Amino acid sequence: MIEIVSESKCISCNLCVSVCPTNVFDKVEGGIPVIARQSDCQTCFMCELYCPVDALYVDPNPEQITLKSEEDVENLGLFGGYREKVGWGKGRTPVAKHDYMYQLSAKTR
Amino acid sequence: MSERKPDLQLTADVLVIGGGPAGTWAAITAVSKGSKVVLVDKGYCGTSGATAPSGTGVWYINPDKQQREEAKQSRYGLGGQLADNRWMDRVLDRTYENMNKLGEFGYPFPLDELGNPYKRGLQGPEYMKLMRRLVLKAGVRILDHSPALELLADDHGVGGAHGYNLHTGETWSVQAGAVIIATGGCAFLSKALGCNVLTGDGYLLAAEAGAELSGMEFSNAYAISPTFSSVTKTAYYRYASFYYEDGTAVEGAGSQRGRSIIARNLLQGRQVYASLDQAPEDIHPLLRVNQTNFFLPFDRLGIDPFKDKFPVTLRLEGTVRGTGGIHIVDETCATKVPGLYAAGDAATRELICGGFTGGGSHNAAWAMSSGSFAGEGAAVYAATLGDSSSTRSLKGLSSSTLTRGASDAKPNKTEERVRAVQDEVAPYDRNLFRTSKGLNESLSTLDHIWQDIRNETISLDAHSVKKREAAAMTATARWMYNTALERTETRGMHKREDFPQQDASQQYRLISGGLDKVWVKKEEVAKEAVLH
Repeated sequence: MIEIVSESKCISCNLCVSVCPTNVFDKVEGGIPVIARQSDCQTCFMCELYCPVDALYVDPNPEQITLKSEEDVENLGLFGGYREKVGWGKGRTPVAKHDYMYQLSAKTR
Repeated sequence: MSERKPDLQLTADVLVIGGGPAGTWAAITAVSKGSKVVLVDKGYCGTSGATAPSGTGVWYINPDKQQREEAKQSRYGLGGQLADNRWMDRVLDRTYENMNKLGEFGYPFPLDELGNPYKRGLQGPEYMKLMRRLVLKAGVRILDHSPALELLADDHGVGGAHGYNLHTGETWSVQAGAVIIATGGCAFLSKALGCNVLTGDGYLLAAEAGAELSGMEFSNAYAISPTFSSVTKTAYYRYASFYYEDGTAVEGAGSQRGRSIIARNLLQGRQVYASLDQAPEDIHPLLRVNQTNFFLPFDRLGIDPFKDKFPVTLRLEGTVRGTGGIHIVDETCATKVPGLYAAGDAATRELICGGFTGGGSHNAAWAMSSGSFAGEGAAVYAATLGDSSSTRSLKGLSSSTLTRGASDAKPNKTEERVRAVQDEVAPYDRNLFRTSKGLNESLSTLDHIWQDIRNETISLDAHSVKKREAAAMTATARWMYNTALERTETRGMHKREDFPQQDASQQYRLISGGLDKVWVKKEEVAKEAVLH
């Protein structure tokens, strides 16, 4: 489930509020978005992918809250990790284009 | 709903409900046929649904006679010979065409060794981001976070929908010549990847308008996933070995044929572990790139899935990877109700994969094909209505009364009902392994839940959406189990413990419908549609 909106990283663009398919976040006037309906999070990681500044952390566990701290997530290098692998963000190439996409099918045919 | 005018009133030729692959293809196709289109999504068009967070194979087969024949045969027997030869041809043709269009529209396909784009797969985030852009570029008005709560209709048929915007708190209505339901299947809030918006809403909307369903017995798909994760991508479990806690192998367990063995162990309270230890080392990096999200939970928890053993479970995917859905009556994906169309997982996929799973490449092909068939059909239908559409007197069809007044439902009642429905459809010994006794017991509970819901009014607020979802899941479960009772054999994914064999005399489809009283009837598979 979504666990962290990093206060130090978030720029209040509210994109996560818009793109979350299950309406988990609420916009806050003059502040950063809040996780308002955490149990509605389906753990699809889409908010992380759309966040332009890697300020969100979704824990893989869809049923339990792990209470990881922002510091832990930072130290483990988990902020933005998925977006990087998908190849979204300035100067990156989308993974969709990666040669391995074809090579796997050629090898496992 | 006639107490007051909705806050936002729009008119269109075609209204599309649902903004996943089927809905977006429907929208851009209807525009290309001259329609003015509005698309509403319960979540956000671009991230909603099972496709957006995933990677998926696509049933993209070169128009070569032999390759096409092999492709059609691949699931025909597994699906209990309920697929339709002509429909498979149409879907293969349209998928080929649409995938080529996606390349022209700018989808970043990888290249093969000859430098040609390789088109047998799509990465969900990329695909759906592009589809949203195409929909907007086509001039379609998108209403995000705007679930449809009921269809609108008059004597001529369906003519729009009415709903609620979760972000603004406003009600909306769209009057349209034709409506396409592309709301996906039903996974009963099991948290399978991307599936929690898929609660059978479109089935209920369609049935309230008098449309029928088909193949609802093919609704017991379960996906392997780590116990600690929502990622229900199962392709890589072909490389898995399965173990008990003490490290001994689980005999016969596997991803394709051996899923039942995993389920029976879990039923007995024996945890099963998996390890992808059969994947050759040289393809590890390729696997990591092909399904980035598969590895995300492991990486975050410091698990090496190629070496370590991790606990697995089976998560219900219902009709998302099952094949049941709204019955379509002609090549335009029309339902039997004038003005109402169905596409994607909301519609039955028996036509291309019978009772075997539509998961992976088939559902993706079906979404883009049926979406464009429905988009064309709805556009033509709306055009024939001409000016008469402006003089219609439409009424809401919700089976529970929607009101602006206070709700008489007690708080927490909705959550209770959802859990009660899940208790009937999630257990492996009810849904995966079916018996007459189990199905009847579940139905008596489900019928009570339905009666409760029926007698309630729903006030138009943020909770109304969840209440309608609960109603849709209850109705869906009743169609599933009534149909499953009727099919006294084992065919496709439908497994009857009390009838473990396929029965050649039951090679027909089962059509269902009805709200307070659910009915099921047989429909023959057309002779000329059989694949030899």
